[in-house]
Amino acid sequence: MRFRALTVLGGAMALAACSTTGDGQSANTTRVQSAAAPFASTYTPYPGTPTALVGATVYDGKGGGIANGTVLFENGKVVSVGDASLSTAGYTVIDGTGKFVTPGIIDIHSHLGDYPSPSVDAHADGNEATSPTTPEVWAEHSVWPQDPGFSRAMANGGITSLQVLPGSANLMGGRSATLKNVPSRTVQGMKFPGAPYGFKMACGENPKRVYGNRGRMPSTRMGNFALNRQTWLDAQDYADGDRADRDLAKETLAGVLDGDILVHNHCYRADEMALVMDMAKEMGYRVTAFHHAVEAYKIGDLLRENDVCSAIWADWYGFKMESYDGIPENAALLQNEGACVVIHSDDQNGIQRLNQEAAKAQAAGVRMGIAIPDAQVISWITYNAAKAMGIADMTGSLETGKMADIVLWNGDPLSVYSRPEKVWIDGALMYDALDRKRRPVSDFELGQPGEGDVK
Amino acid sequence: MIRSILLTATAVATLGMANPLAAQNVVITNATVATGDGSDPIENATVVIQDGRVVSAGTGGAAPAGATIIDGAGKWVTPGLFAAATTLGLWDVGSVSESNDQAASGSPFSAALDVAPALNPASQHVAIARAGGITRASVYSRPSSSIFGGQGAMVDLGTDANMLMRPRAFQMVALGESGARLGGGSRTGAHALLRNALREAGQYGDDSQLVGRAAARERDVSGDDLPIDPRLLDNATERGSDTLLTRFDAAALVPVVRGQQPLYVLVERAADIQQVLALKSEFADLDLVLVGVSEGWLVANDIAAAGVPVIADALDDLPSSFEQLAATQSNVGRMIEAGVQVAIGGLDGGTDGQPRSATQFAGNLVALGKLPGAAGLSWGQAFATISSTPAAIAGYSGRLGVLMPGAAGDLVLWDGDPLELDAAPTRVFIDGVEQPLVNHQTRLRDRYRDLDESDLPKAYDW
Repeated sequence: MRFRALTVLGGAMALAACSTTGDGQSANTTRVQSAAAPFASTYTPYPGTPTALVGATVYDGKGGGIANGTVLFENGKVVSVGDASLSTAGYTVIDGTGKFVTPGIIDIHSHLGDYPSPSVDAHADGNEATSPTTPEVWAEHSVWPQDPGFSRAMANGGITSLQVLPGSANLMGGRSATLKNVPSRTVQGMKFPGAPYGFKMACGENPKRVYGNRGRMPSTRMGNFALNRQTWLDAQDYADGDRADRDLAKETLAGVLDGDILVHNHCYRADEMALVMDMAKEMGYRVTAFHHAVEAYKIGDLLRENDVCSAIWADWYGFKMESYDGIPENAALLQNEGACVVIHSDDQNGIQRLNQEAAKAQAAGVRMGIAIPDAQVISWITYNAAKAMGIADMTGSLETGKMADIVLWNGDPLSVYSRPEKVWIDGALMYDALDRKRRPVSDFELGQPGEGDVK
Repeated sequence: MIRSILLTATAVATLGMANPLAAQNVVITNATVATGDGSDPIENATVVIQDGRVVSAGTGGAAPAGATIIDGAGKWVTPGLFAAATTLGLWDVGSVSESNDQAASGSPFSAALDVAPALNPASQHVAIARAGGITRASVYSRPSSSIFGGQGAMVDLGTDANMLMRPRAFQMVALGESGARLGGGSRTGAHALLRNALREAGQYGDDSQLVGRAAARERDVSGDDLPIDPRLLDNATERGSDTLLTRFDAAALVPVVRGQQPLYVLVERAADIQQVLALKSEFADLDLVLVGVSEGWLVANDIAAAGVPVIADALDDLPSSFEQLAATQSNVGRMIEAGVQVAIGGLDGGTDGQPRSATQFAGNLVALGKLPGAAGLSWGQAFATISSTPAAIAGYSGRLGVLMPGAAGDLVLWDGDPLELDAAPTRVFIDGVEQPLVNHQTRLRDRYRDLDESDLPKAYDW
């Protein structure tokens, strides 16, 4: 945590200013700035009914599981989670016999909205690849809420929250956006209320290839680090000052140094992750999670000691030199070492089956003698993701008082044969496999072949 | 110079057997056996392999003398999987262009390109796919300098040095948006290129009297005869002055226009699919296979009526382009319901999936059966899309991707339901020869089982 010399309201514009002309005439321009955070979330939960899910196998997201369990939720919040003895009086009862209940699935790494479908140049808004460090951009300003990918993620993947990140062309890509997977006409209507911002960084091949090909820094890994470190040094100067002159890039970096903005660092190789952790120590910030981290299994001890999560795939590998050493046992080895594991997608198709990817990762572990309980595996795609996104006090687990972000699965979510049957977000039923109309159709899809089809 | 057709006479070339000298007699008893022909699995069944071929698969098979008997209790046995439309053997690291032979964007040739001399059985992806239960594959050359990608091959994924089963097994052409981009910026350009190429090939073939099998084309051509390489025949024929193709490319397309070499067409959109099917009215002998086909369900009846097989992207469900607006995971199920022959394919290691993900994709198609309004497959149907159907489309019906008498002894022993996420192969046989399952990934796994460097660095742990 970076010590702040002066106390300022983090990120918010606290002052209203008036300007007057020098000769005493009353000003005909008045700058009034909002005291609220800019681009504030306007999301409010949709209506729901008091609901009791009864008789299902319940995974609470934190490693707990109840056979023949009961989940009660009302007014958008989880009321209680217990066994069959829990009273359901006053609740609409849904029979979950033979089914499973989990917290809503969370994807910590998505480009839905900023690289939406259809993937055409006019929509390619995920990488501001005109400068290697662009801390000043915010992913939410690129999010197209009409991306059909959001509804597929909900219906097939049970996704209730996600972090939309800038891409990895840049060393510093900008702020991420944490969203509720609820359709809205505006991105503000999707923003997760109260979620902290994330900050995207990337190491390795991508930045040095993108900019090296243009004959500018970085063109090497050492160039990556030099540019990063210098940028942090410059940011420290700003952060230590009065911050009165607004500077978008510096504000974001200062937010990281303050500990308010969480760093999500795309990084594949073990040695580079070790370097990044040392850079963070040098500069006085924390890495919250490494993303992709295909070699994380080689440094599970370091990751645990530094309390850094690894947001990874089950088994994707081989597409770049830095992913050549990816192995399917990555998650299991990390879990075994006591390090934090999150399963992510970074893909509009993969987000639809995080539960399946987690199951594959679990199975690879079993085959080498590392048995991780199902309930723990579910945490990789719920609570652990929420923790690394700074929203674990609000969602990611089925606990009294938390948001009723819940999925009822038509079978074991770790089986390839299962799919979400119902998805609730803040207690509102946003998807029902048994109700053809209870599924969102984005503006783009209206009147097109396949409108409203099961996807 | 005209050569007579070269017929291979040696048994080694037959089905590209992995290593007949080491072929075993293998018997697996008391296992759950899926034969791959679309039927449901059979419990407590026995599979008998003799001299590298399947003798029987089902309840009550007789074990030959001296056979290795494997107790399959609690296990599943299936044929080796067939990966349709992959790039296995052509690359090591995708973004390392020196190691990537999937496409030759700078080549003056297109249709004439031939993957056979570029195949590398030592590629890690071959070993990893093999460990995932895949024993055979069709490998394509991706269109990049032109709409034509070149001639693909059928391969086996055995550990021996001979990967090639059948060279110049099919041609690939890109239509739709990718074809438009390669064909001058519009579908009109791609179609003009295509028609011109087939016209030139037809003319060249007639003029040069290229020798080829004049017999009616069969879907299941024998694998015993290596097809002649028409590119290398005849330099004497005069061609018109307005030809666009090189002689080499034109010669390569002669078997295509004559229907002796299948044409795999990359296409997604319903309207584009119908245009491809309509090509047969202009080039009656074309032997078409559609690849991609995200909107196939919209024109499934037309595809079925035309008798054209499909290698589909299994789970595309997003309008990722204007040619995939109607994409849905129910695509494959709806096409199969309409009578189309559909295999899952196109898993070539990119973001769309790896070859070893085939079982996961097939399992997803079964999952759809529980969703109202979705078109799912039975277990047997789903398994066929990654075994017997792609093998049949490749011309190996009854011989690969299936456990029936006379088929190749490609066998996979699984520790559970092959389509379920927690199952994996424990033993893999190709032509009855057991295959090693060690690869770069397993070695890394073993090294990093622990992080103890108290005695020596990890580098000494091997």
